[in-house]
Amino acid sequence: MQNFKRKKPSDIILFALTWLSIGITAAVLVLVVGYVLINGIPFIRPSLFAREFTTQNQSLFPALIGTLMIVGLSLILAVPLGVFSAIYLVEYAKRGSRFVAIVRLTTETLAGIPSIVYGLFGFIFFGVFLGWGLSLMSGSFTTSIMILPLIMRTTEESLKSVPDTYREGSFGLGAGRLRTVMRIILPAATPGILAGVILAIGRIIGETAAIIFTLGNVARMPNNLFDTGRTLSAHMYALANEGTHPGEAHATAAVLLIVVILINALSSWIARFIRKES
Amino acid sequence: MNKFSIKDVNLWYNDFHALKNINMSIPANEITAFIGPSGCGKSTLIKSLNRMNDLVEGCKITGSILLDGQSIHGNIDVNALRKRVGMVFQKPNPFPMSVYDNIAYGPRTHGIRSRSKLNDIVEKSLYDAAIWDELKDRLKKSALSLSGGQQQRLCIARALSVQPDVLLMDEPTSALDPISTAKIEELVLKLKNSYTIVIVTHNMQQAVRISDNTGFFLLGEIVEYGETQQVFSIPKDKRTEDYITGRFG
Repeated sequence: MQNFKRKKPSDIILFALTWLSIGITAAVLVLVVGYVLINGIPFIRPSLFAREFTTQNQSLFPALIGTLMIVGLSLILAVPLGVFSAIYLVEYAKRGSRFVAIVRLTTETLAGIPSIVYGLFGFIFFGVFLGWGLSLMSGSFTTSIMILPLIMRTTEESLKSVPDTYREGSFGLGAGRLRTVMRIILPAATPGILAGVILAIGRIIGETAAIIFTLGNVARMPNNLFDTGRTLSAHMYALANEGTHPGEAHATAAVLLIVVILINALSSWIARFIRKES
Repeated sequence: MNKFSIKDVNLWYNDFHALKNINMSIPANEITAFIGPSGCGKSTLIKSLNRMNDLVEGCKITGSILLDGQSIHGNIDVNALRKRVGMVFQKPNPFPMSVYDNIAYGPRTHGIRSRSKLNDIVEKSLYDAAIWDELKDRLKKSALSLSGGQQQRLCIARALSVQPDVLLMDEPTSALDPISTAKIEELVLKLKNSYTIVIVTHNMQQAVRISDNTGFFLLGEIVEYGETQQVFSIPKDKRTEDYITGRFG
């Protein structure tokens, strides 16, 4: 009797390679997360979350608030701009027009520029030319330019992945383009757009070079939009650079990681909620 | 009474001449079927009747199409036209929302906000599409959870929700199983009392079963157009005969 279960050698090799890849990928993640948490968590103390930073407590609280402010402000600036630009490119502009091609080329180029270049530009344009100095405004405008291509790109992709049959169905009922986009296309594309927003948040949180150039790296909470401050990544950079508080640097890394995980969980919860609503 | 009068219609997709000198009248409250091999222009013509072809880039149309004696081109509101001339598509395309919201989308688009009015419209549309009994307890469920046949009848109900005069159906049963197909055919026969129906079909038996008039298309031309009985029993054109007897197509 023929044994249907017998595998060819090539099958076994492929199987092993697949598992090896999964294993390595998972191991790297576990290693990084484990390293950060094991080294960081023992140093997390209540004094790290003191309202004011002093050289004694090395509080990361001002940086945590600074991070949330930068993320919030950048998203407020970049998400509407990116989403509506993408809507224009996908739903309104003529397919294959020259203008669209130029806009696409520009955004793709923007996406490939190193962040330090954004930092330098932000410093010179927002900080010096507009006179905003090292401030939340300079910082958030700079990071919002950085994430704009990312948001446009992911929004475009998710709008394109909405089947044309939805558009036909809506137009066929006598709905205009605006209503079709707002009521049918955008809700269907929201999970994809949110995935892009999560990536963008990750990019802002992880940014140091552009942030230090534009927001500055002063360990205090910004009092207003034109005040300077620091983010967690910049805080970590400063601590690690000084070399005097390696434990606190690790603790900051752990907190940063937890913040990222929380933001991702929140975003996917929002995505689920929106999907259920529509 | 003619619902549509189509005169000297030519249509191009960029350089491709998709419809050539189409002349025909579509009578009101009857079922008119378009048959023909793939790429013959039958879907293109049906999509011209509510100007869905406007959405296709590089599409150019000449000649005139009159709806109740009034041109559908020129200075008219396309959205109002599409409200009067509803459409059901080849693949069921319910929106990713609840059954209720799918039906209410059309009336809401045209400004109806009152909850009780919307409730009435939803019930009546589903009832007219012969799916009320199946769905009355599932109005809040996602339309995507329905079977293919139910989805297509839901789409018919959605088209009826804005009270059109005409229902265009572009191969509405080609993606469905025989039982769902039978249900839709039964429904279409019932709807012809209140609506003018134009149906594109690949299925010649279907044209025979439900239509009053049949147009046979070939390579963008209308080869033969007349009463279904006549077209299928004593076709005037040799090409029609070859097609309906299965010699090509």
